[in-house]
Amino acid sequence: MAGSINHKAYVRALPNFRNLGVLLRILVIVNIMAAGVALSRSGSLANIWRETLEVSSVVQPAVMLSLVTLVLLNDVLRRAPYLWGAVLVLALEIVVVTALYVFGRPLFPMQTGALAAYWLITVLVTVALLVYFDLRGRALSPALAEARLQALQARIRPHFLFNSINAVLSLIRQDPRRAERALEDMADLFRVLMADNRQLAPLAREVELCREYLNIEQLRLGERLRVEWHIDNMPQDAMIPPLVLQPLLENAVYHGIEPRLDPGVVSINIYLARGEVHMVLRNPYEQDGDHHAGNKMALANIRERLALHFDAEASLTTNVSDASYQVHIVVPYQKAGTE
Amino acid sequence: MSAPAPLSVLVVDDEAPARSRMQDLLADCAADVPLVIVGEAANGRLALEAASARPVDVVLLDVRMPEMDGIEVAQHLQRLDHPPSVIFTTAYDAYAIRAFEVHAIDYLLKPIRAARLKEALTRARSAARPKLEALRELQPGPRAFLSAQERGKIHLIPVGDVIYLKAELKYVTVRTAMREYLIEESLARLEQDYPERFVRVHRNCLVARQAIHGFERSAEGAEGQWEVVFKACPERIAVSRRQQHIVRELARS
Repeated sequence: MAGSINHKAYVRALPNFRNLGVLLRILVIVNIMAAGVALSRSGSLANIWRETLEVSSVVQPAVMLSLVTLVLLNDVLRRAPYLWGAVLVLALEIVVVTALYVFGRPLFPMQTGALAAYWLITVLVTVALLVYFDLRGRALSPALAEARLQALQARIRPHFLFNSINAVLSLIRQDPRRAERALEDMADLFRVLMADNRQLAPLAREVELCREYLNIEQLRLGERLRVEWHIDNMPQDAMIPPLVLQPLLENAVYHGIEPRLDPGVVSINIYLARGEVHMVLRNPYEQDGDHHAGNKMALANIRERLALHFDAEASLTTNVSDASYQVHIVVPYQKAGTE
Repeated sequence: MSAPAPLSVLVVDDEAPARSRMQDLLADCAADVPLVIVGEAANGRLALEAASARPVDVVLLDVRMPEMDGIEVAQHLQRLDHPPSVIFTTAYDAYAIRAFEVHAIDYLLKPIRAARLKEALTRARSAARPKLEALRELQPGPRAFLSAQERGKIHLIPVGDVIYLKAELKYVTVRTAMREYLIEESLARLEQDYPERFVRVHRNCLVARQAIHGFERSAEGAEGQWEVVFKACPERIAVSRRQQHIVRELARS
């Protein structure tokens, strides 16, 4: 899958070099190491700037060139078994440094006859980074296992479950067919809720789930709940963490519609813009509404899961304006099967 | 001896399917507990109108409703001339359920079983009405409305509309921009319920902070007493000597 780390029970894997978060981490770590080197080489504080500039003028081109290569070869590297991939990365780095040494010496202040030393430094830094990403993957993999549990806890209020059952009961005598459909919707909903939700799922499936959920709510609330869908430009095949939208809709109904006497509109707007999928949910909101704690918990949970899957490339923002509450989620557009 | 009159029941729930389910269940119970459904209401305001229009024996009252929750509705119901028995219904509300247990207030969990409803209805006729005090404790926040009764009709006064509350003999006068109402409550109690909203300017008067326009010295008397001037009503309220300090405090803020 396309997250910054691997999400099954932990399997060693190279990081996804196309993930912005991963690239940033590499950049920051290498530069911290370079700063360390400059610091140790400069005997006095007066020399530190000169040394930093000198070290940096060698390190920056090497890092940039490496990142470009890694991004380009990401798929090849990650398809290979981990150890092979790691060896390939090491070899790549050696090649990058050698190329810089051979072709770039006139441009950068590299010392002649020090190729072996450059190789040694390159190997050390690369191994350090690989170890770092491996450790990070291990540290986060239990978090992912837990994310599923957390997701379960934060979603579906018992309030919704029991009220829905009650609504279905009321239909059984008067409108058995509608009762059947409602139970089918509930079964689908709970099937997803109880599934292993660590893998990304197509956006179209999440939208279908949201429709089923809203059907049930509509049964209870009738005219009071109005739903507006704006999803004509939705990328059906975009992969997103499951249960990102449904809990937000549940919040929208619980905080936005149920406390109102008058009907209210929940609007869902999903579109693709510049390679990113935008999901915007809006609901009416009154300042003195209650139960903010539950809402915050659901938001924190979704934020965490977005970060686990997309690192820095996803965002969730909320906004309160003229009696409406809005949640805006942005995730990178990734199709199924793109690793 | 004639059989007792059938139990008159009012069903209050904001969700239509829940009301229709309750109607079905009541119909199932009717064979064992003679009853007549006198109406159903989709919110607290309508419930109070229905219950004040004619005496009702039992109100089946949903806890979570828009505008005014069931607990507040129950408090206003208790002020009626013939307060009905109240049976709360809730799908899930851990806080309320714990409180109902503590105060031995009858409640039913949705989905409700006919047998359980029958028990509750049988008890309802003889059961003691829930105490106002207990209901007050149940309320998570202060009431959104004050209720005044006039010729059998209930008026709900949004607390946000109140300009001042003035104690007079056994009543409290509630002044809004539109008119005055008389309610049977104690000023001390109201002061306790809304410490943020109202400030005491006189032994017998609470004033809404939001409604204050300013303070002026009264025209009469040599050393004029401070009076509160309001934004939305022409009357003025004298600030007692003991409360003079609040003029400075409020003028500053």
